Amino acid sequence: MNPVTDLPLWAAWLIAFFLLLGAGLTLIGSFGLFRLPGFYDRIHAPTLGTSWGTAGIVIASVIYFSVTESQLVLHPLLIGVFVTVTTPVTLILLSRAALYRDRAENNPDVPSLQLLENTSQESGSKTDSVTVHESIGTAKE
Amino acid sequence: MSAIIFFWSVTVAQTALGIAMVLAFARMIRGPRAQDRVLGLDALYSNAMLLMLVFGIGTGNSLYFEISLIMSALGFVATVALAKFLMRGEVIE
Repeated sequence: MNPVTDLPLWAAWLIAFFLLLGAGLTLIGSFGLFRLPGFYDRIHAPTLGTSWGTAGIVIASVIYFSVTESQLVLHPLLIGVFVTVTTPVTLILLSRAALYRDRAENNPDVPSLQLLENTSQESGSKTDSVTVHESIGTAKE
Repeated sequence: MSAIIFFWSVTVAQTALGIAMVLAFARMIRGPRAQDRVLGLDALYSNAMLLMLVFGIGTGNSLYFEISLIMSALGFVATVALAKFLMRGEVIE
């Protein structure tokens, strides 16, 4: 804890700002995860913590270790890059799985495959994005 | 002066992340369906990872950085495996 006492004042203010920004945004995101009504609303909320929440805390960590070790320390940025890359992948997989489950039990809250099929048949057999998406969806089943 | 600012900002950030973890855990326990529980587990993992980073800043020990890197990797693998399980009922086909 001793390097803290000779931390310059500007570094302390910067670290405090970025730490509180990151932690506050993460708290808001988790509060949204707790409060929002439906699953597809809820899946947006924690991304607040994994985007700017992580960025704020990582920037604070970079500033702190760069000042105390008096050299540029960039390895906390690795966590930021890793989280930024992996979060969309996991959330896309999770939301596709949730959509698949909702459609399998004919939940009226999500657009069904039947509905998409009918609209694409009415509008002729042109291969717009909806019909391509549709054919991928049926091929998977 | 700078020590006071540093100490209080780290304490408040740790408290905020702790409350965020409690909220994510409550969603994991309460979540009406399985996908809500998986989402709560994912948020719990990422909040714990951020808490480890803040611990690292507070103690000045860069060992916590490696803990949080491992934690984020494990969270990624766990959520992908659980999403695959929800989709197909089987993790490795």
